[in-house]
Amino acid sequence: MTTPILELSGLGKSFGAVTAAQDQSWSLGAGEALGVIGPNGAGKTSMFNLVTGTLAPDAGRIRLEGQDITGWPAAKRCRAGLARSFQVPQPFSGMTIYENAYVAATQGAGLSGAEAEETCLDVLARTGLLKKANVLAGGLTLLERKRLELSRAMCARPKVLLLDEIAGGLTENECKSLIGTIQDLRATGISIVWIEHVVHALLAVVDRLIVIDFGRKIAEGEPRAIMASKEVREIYLGIEADA
Amino acid sequence: METKMTKSLSVARATRMSGIAMGLLAVIVIVMALAPYWAGRAELRLFGEIFLYMALASLWNLLAGYAGLVSVGQQAYVGFGGYMFFALAILWGVHPLAAIPLAGLLGALIAAPVAVLIFRLRGAYFAIGTWVMAEVFRLSFAQFSALGGGSGTSLPVDIVKSLADGRAAREAAAYWLALGVVVAVVGLVYAYLRSSRGVALTAIRDNELAAKSLGIDIWRAKFTVYVVTGGLTALVGALIFLQKLRISPDAAFSVNDWTAFVIFIVVIGGIGTLEGPILGTLVYFALRETLADLGSAYLIALGVLAILIMLKAPKGLWGLVRARSGAELFPLSRRVRGLDD
Repeated sequence: MTTPILELSGLGKSFGAVTAAQDQSWSLGAGEALGVIGPNGAGKTSMFNLVTGTLAPDAGRIRLEGQDITGWPAAKRCRAGLARSFQVPQPFSGMTIYENAYVAATQGAGLSGAEAEETCLDVLARTGLLKKANVLAGGLTLLERKRLELSRAMCARPKVLLLDEIAGGLTENECKSLIGTIQDLRATGISIVWIEHVVHALLAVVDRLIVIDFGRKIAEGEPRAIMASKEVREIYLGIEADA
Repeated sequence: METKMTKSLSVARATRMSGIAMGLLAVIVIVMALAPYWAGRAELRLFGEIFLYMALASLWNLLAGYAGLVSVGQQAYVGFGGYMFFALAILWGVHPLAAIPLAGLLGALIAAPVAVLIFRLRGAYFAIGTWVMAEVFRLSFAQFSALGGGSGTSLPVDIVKSLADGRAAREAAAYWLALGVVVAVVGLVYAYLRSSRGVALTAIRDNELAAKSLGIDIWRAKFTVYVVTGGLTALVGALIFLQKLRISPDAAFSVNDWTAFVIFIVVIGGIGTLEGPILGTLVYFALRETLADLGSAYLIALGVLAILIMLKAPKGLWGLVRARSGAELFPLSRRVRGLDD
């Protein structure tokens, strides 16, 4: 088997009595799309914080392309190919949408000049934000902020893209176009980890699913089989996978 | 369809207005450069002081408004620069014109270890730390007996004379140095903010979490700004005390003169914008020149004005102008041209 592009082994983190991650181990193959589900407060976003380096683990290792990045600061991890979108959008409010994208293209992907500009314009066209390119990010709606999160992460040209709940609140058509965008991204060879409550969007894209509860990975496998399993039905009682 | 659209798009920075503003600015600089030929002694002195404050304000704005390093101890560098200038000129016989940039260089050198130390502090603690550091500087230089210890010293006449022949020529030289420094400082801050590092700094200003998650090394960006700002502030300090011809620890490390007024200028002008400190300096001097006769009531008036502006226009006077007109004299923003609207 080839080296996984991203690998977590025995990752643990607790805040006092609250366990955000406990002995979490999983890996992501190159070009693979992995879905992550779990109830609110299960530790999904904390897991992203650990992987991207905004939170330091108490135990365990994280490897990117076989290299141990556990002690690396967040910025270095981004430049090495890890980019994320934030569940609670974190725009650069005093900058325009285009400038937000430009930060990612120049700082995260290390692009400059025309290449940086074209990358930004191309990504914004794909995420549907191009028409608002000159609008200040501080004045956007929540939906637009979520799209900006996705756009910025894409402009950083990552090898692994971590998406944190970007489909919530979209209309049927918007959701379809988002799925199309992410499928296009996959076609370019990017590996994706996607945390999402909108299960049908997730199932349209991912190859594999893991389920997290109380900071632990409780199930992993083929998406439809996982959704049909007893553990998931127990957690998601009342929520149907309508795909 | 949209992907096809991107082909006809371009990204522009300068606008027609910024072009006009730059032209106007060049004219102003030329007119001011000729001031020794048309202005009186008192005006020349006032203009020089205005330029030096404008430079200090632009530097503090870069530090606090962009890098988020709210220092209340920049007097440490003004005083350090002044003292280094006097030490180089008096003790080591360096020509004053060489001593000024050297004082700036030494300021940057001392700023590096200071940064490593005080960057361990966050928020309000950082601000207090900078002030404590400035006090350490003041107390240290008060022990410097070769330069008069606590009572300070004057610049010897022969050193003053080595600058230029005759009083008028010396005053013109000091004036041109001040003008040169403000043009250089504002130009440098502008060039820095336009560069890729400036983009990173502006991102840090808006959101540190997102900035570091997008590949920006926040510590290094702030360290660079702190050291560069420290060096240039020391250089301005050297010029300030070249104008004053006399230095003492209390004057050199005055928190009122070199930090409180500077913060006032930046806050009323508009923090986090290039234009703000320039506008703020002009407003501050206009107030000072008209209200100075009021004595201590003058300071109360300044305080009231600062509070009013903070409450009513938190982005300062330039923020008001920009909100009304969208004006940007120094084009930092990037605009996509060719969109449908």
